[in-house]
Order: sequence, then C-alpha cells, then structure tokens
Amino acid sequence: MSAYSVTEPSTRSKWFAGSLVILYALITMIPLAWIMLTGFKSPSDAISYPPKVVFEPTLEGYVNLFTTRTRQTKEFLEANPPQNWADEIVREYDMVIVGPSKFGERFLNSVIIGFGSTFLSIFLGTLAAYAFSRFKIPLADDLLFFILSTRMMPPIAVAIPIFLMYRNLGLSDTHLGMILLYTAVNISLAVWLLKGFIDEIPREYEEAALIDGYTRFQAFYKVVLPQAATGIASTAIFCLIFAWNEYAFAVLLTSATAQTAPPFIPTIIGVGGLDWPAVAAGATIFLLPVMIFTILLRKHLLRGITFGAVRK
Amino acid sequence: MTDTIANRAAKATPQKVARKIKGLSDRAIAWIFVAPTIFLLLAINIFPLIWTIQLSFTNYKANRLNREPEFIGLRNYERILTDSDIWLNMQATAHFLFWTIALQVLIGFTLAWLINKKFKGNDLWTTIIVLPMMLSPAVVGNFWKFLYQPQIGLFNYIVAFFTGKDPSSFEMLGSVQLAPWSIVIVDTWMWTPFVMLICLAGLRSIPDYIYEAAEVDRASKLRQFFTITIPMVLPFLMLAVLFRGIENFKMFDLVVQLTGGGPGSTTELTSINLKREAFEKWRTGYASAYAIILFVTVFGLASIYVKALNKVKER
Repeated sequence: MSAYSVTEPSTRSKWFAGSLVILYALITMIPLAWIMLTGFKSPSDAISYPPKVVFEPTLEGYVNLFTTRTRQTKEFLEANPPQNWADEIVREYDMVIVGPSKFGERFLNSVIIGFGSTFLSIFLGTLAAYAFSRFKIPLADDLLFFILSTRMMPPIAVAIPIFLMYRNLGLSDTHLGMILLYTAVNISLAVWLLKGFIDEIPREYEEAALIDGYTRFQAFYKVVLPQAATGIASTAIFCLIFAWNEYAFAVLLTSATAQTAPPFIPTIIGVGGLDWPAVAAGATIFLLPVMIFTILLRKHLLRGITFGAVRK
Repeated sequence: MTDTIANRAAKATPQKVARKIKGLSDRAIAWIFVAPTIFLLLAINIFPLIWTIQLSFTNYKANRLNREPEFIGLRNYERILTDSDIWLNMQATAHFLFWTIALQVLIGFTLAWLINKKFKGNDLWTTIIVLPMMLSPAVVGNFWKFLYQPQIGLFNYIVAFFTGKDPSSFEMLGSVQLAPWSIVIVDTWMWTPFVMLICLAGLRSIPDYIYEAAEVDRASKLRQFFTITIPMVLPFLMLAVLFRGIENFKMFDLVVQLTGGGPGSTTELTSINLKREAFEKWRTGYASAYAIILFVTVFGLASIYVKALNKVKER
C-alpha cells in the first residue's frame, strides 16, 4: 500500500536528476583523477602530447618525492650495484639516491601543527562554548560577534603585525608559533559551532547532576562532554582540515623548521623545471587523507558545514 | 531562569554546604572558561590589529631594523586611495567576486535542487561533489596550473577536443584575456559544493505541507517553484553568498599558486597586491594602511549585507 504524495518526485524526474548530478560529479572528479594518475607517470609521459590516459605506471614520482639524488659517473654506478627497487628506478637516469628529501619532514610538520592546533582549539573552544551557552556573561552577544568577526580579516593583513611580533618573541618558524596562530584562527569557528551543539543539550541533565552533589566541573565533564561528543568530533575535523590546508600564514611565517606541506609541494623541482610526477605524488599523499576522511565521516561533516551556516 | 530546579535546591541548602557542593561559583567558572579564548584572541587578533593601525600612520619598513619609523599621518591612506594601480587590483577582485558568486549560486542551487529529488544514492554522490572544497587551495592551485599548461595540459586538450581549436593556440594562464577567467573556473570548481550544501539545507527546511497546500490550491509546479521554493531558500542562498564573498575577498592561496597575480597584474587580487607591498617591497607602513582599508571595506560591506539579510529573513 503506497499513499500518493504530491511532494514525492516522480520516478522519471528522479532518474533525470540523478543522471545530471552523477554527470557533474564525474566531471568534477576529472582534475583529481588526473593528478593521481600523473603521480604514477614517468616525467616524459607526464608532459607528452596528447595527454596520455594509458601509460606504463612507475613509482618514479614517489621515489623522487621522498629522496634526493645526484648524478654519478658510469664507473661509480658499475662499482655500486643498486641496493633496492627505488635505487633501480633512479639508475635509469644515471643517478644514485643520497638521502631522504624534505617532504617527510614537511608532512610531519603538517601533522604536528594540524593536530596540535586542533586539540588546543577544541579544548579552549569547548570551555568557552560551555560558558557562553550556560552562564550569563556580560556582553555575550558582542563577544561572540567579536570572536566571529576576527575571521573577516584577510590573512595577509593579520600576517604583517604577527610577522613582527613573532620575530620579536622568537616564534617565527616554530611549531609552537604556528599552533598558537592556527588555534587563534580556528577558535572563532569552534566556539560558534560548539555553542550550537551544547545549546541543544537540555540543561536539566546538569541540574540533576548538581542536585546529586556533582560540582560544576564534574557536571561539565561527566554529563555535558559525553553528550556533546559528536559535535566536538565534527568541529575537530573542521579545525584539522583548516590547519592542514592553510597556506598564507605558513608561507609567510615559516621557512624551514616548521614549514608545512602546502608551501613545500609546489617547490619540488626536478631536472629542467618542475618535476610534475613528484609534485602530483606529493599532492596525492597530502590530499588523500582529507578525501578519505570526508567520505568516511560524510554524515557528520555535511551536517557540520550547513549547521555552522544556518545557525548564524 | 531563576526558578530552575537547581536554583530551588540551592536556596534550600544551607550556605556552608552549598559552597562545599559547588566548589567554585558559576561566575568564577564562566570566567575561567572564557578567559583563555579571549586572551588568545586579544594576543593574536586584536593586539596585531591595533599595531597595524599604529603602523599605518608611519613609514616603517620591516626589513630595516635600525631605522626608527617616522609618523607621517594620513599620507599612506592618501597615497593608496589615489593610486590608480590599486583601483586596477580592486577591479580584478570585483570581476573575480562577481563571476565566482554568480556561477556558484547558479550551479550550486541547480545541483541542490536536483539532489533534493532524493534519487537513490544521492548522499554518496553529494559527498563526491563536496570533495574539492575540502582540499588545500594552494595545492589545488598548483595542480590546476599543470592542467592549464598550453602544450601538455588536460584542460586545453579537452577544450580542443570539443571545439576543434588547436590546443596550443590559447594559454589560459598566459593570456591577459583568459587569465581572469582561469581563476574563476578553478574557484567555481572548488567552491560550488559549498553553495550547494547550504542550498540543500534550505530546500530540506521547507516543510512538505506547504507544497501540499499549494497542490490543493492547484498552483502549477512552476508557480510553486517561484512562490515557495525560491523565497524559502533565499535567506540560505544569501548567507552562502555572504560567506563566499568574504572568503573570496580574502582570496590569496589558490590564485597565488595558479597565476601569481599575472600576467602583468590581470589577476593580482588585493590580497596578492598586499602581500607584495608588505613582504616583497617591505613597505610595512603603507601595507598596514592598505590592510586597514581592506578590513574596513569587508566589514562595512558585510554589515550592510547582514542588515539586508535580516530583512529578508523577517519577511
């Protein structure tokens, strides 16, 4: 038994809508698919014309991404047989691997700074959001608007004084400096989103806990925190993605020790110009975690994006 | 809020016991919870802003440490507002803003409307469409640069395939006419999903009974679309436009990787121009004044826009 509904689209219009959306999705995936393919091409295949869709896959791009190499004489190459498969790939160009490249370090920096700043933003943001949600704070609305408005500044505008300040404090090109900076940028969104999540938890739960003899602190972390866990997790993902992707501050304030991957990847130079397969390999390794994350956690993420928007 | 269970319980409890139960007063906790956030924002957002304002009245150059900055009043502001090059940057920014927003609203809304037909598997395809906006704009700009290469790039090849033109006859990034469009295309590719998601939230917020009532009144589908769907989604759409507007006014990473502002200064958006002044020419005072002008512009435009948005919402 099926009731006729005026709001349910007909099968034909569903089919039509579906195929258009799928067509768009496929077109939108072409650039991403292309970059992933390019990571497995040899440098000559990568720049061949017409662009090659079918090619012989090689790990050359990945080897070049992770290693530094030098050219050697024939005699040297003959005297030293290749140690492993990576060495063998490089031998084709009369080169030997002399050590790791900086990509590993840069990637690790991205991980440290990303997770560090996410943890700090969530920690501080949850406390502030709870206070804004539950207590009467003088000028609360103004404070909240002020917190949010700090996101309207172009990063370059903020970067000028931060650059000077960090130079004076010795925070330039340090992990701590970048973690603090990303936390400051993320915390506005974190407070805003988390306040929304905490507002949804009924006050009666904590009040009951308070009557049972819990202190405010206990009520906060034994009652409110578990209830807000999903909200906290999806906010954390947003903070992590922002810190992971950020470029402007990273390129201006870091150069070596604390440089993250986004300013590094475009600078991977091969013999005679950009080494596109290595750049593509770097981009793939860097972007893939975010894509997998997005697909796995799509329910929370998609809700989070619109949640933040609709609430304002 | 004064008559909650907790308050009643608190009143009934003797004061000594109450203090023991509660530990810190709520007010103290509120401040302990909020203070670190406020402190961090003061240190890393507000203090720098004030410093920028102060620097904007000087001729300070950050690469000359031993020279004392001189106070030069409003001269930086005067120079920026009368500089014709900066108006060119503003025009480039306006072109970028207008077309990205127009295209993203058009495509984003259409997609949301199609997805809202609830065909099978729509949430999976939605996720796939959303992927580009989750990626690092600098890396995206970098690999689109590869796609745009005139000889070897996939983009030229595909365009050539469909139009029959010679793929090496046009350069997306190298030509003065095409470069402004190349950045519009990439930004649209990347951010249409954002507009789409917000529109989708808007469409899903419309209760079915409104359409049912319209159906009873024998309103045509087309009429329903223009009198129910569009007005109900409009506040959401305007919000999406606000976010995209603010974000694209700040646009830096994607475009700097893609074109670096070139050729000439055809894609030199204000943020890129600002970066040149501040970190390449090291005119710190001048750049600070520029930053303040940009901030006031965004803030002013956004405030006017939010007022308009609230009026739409009230209707």
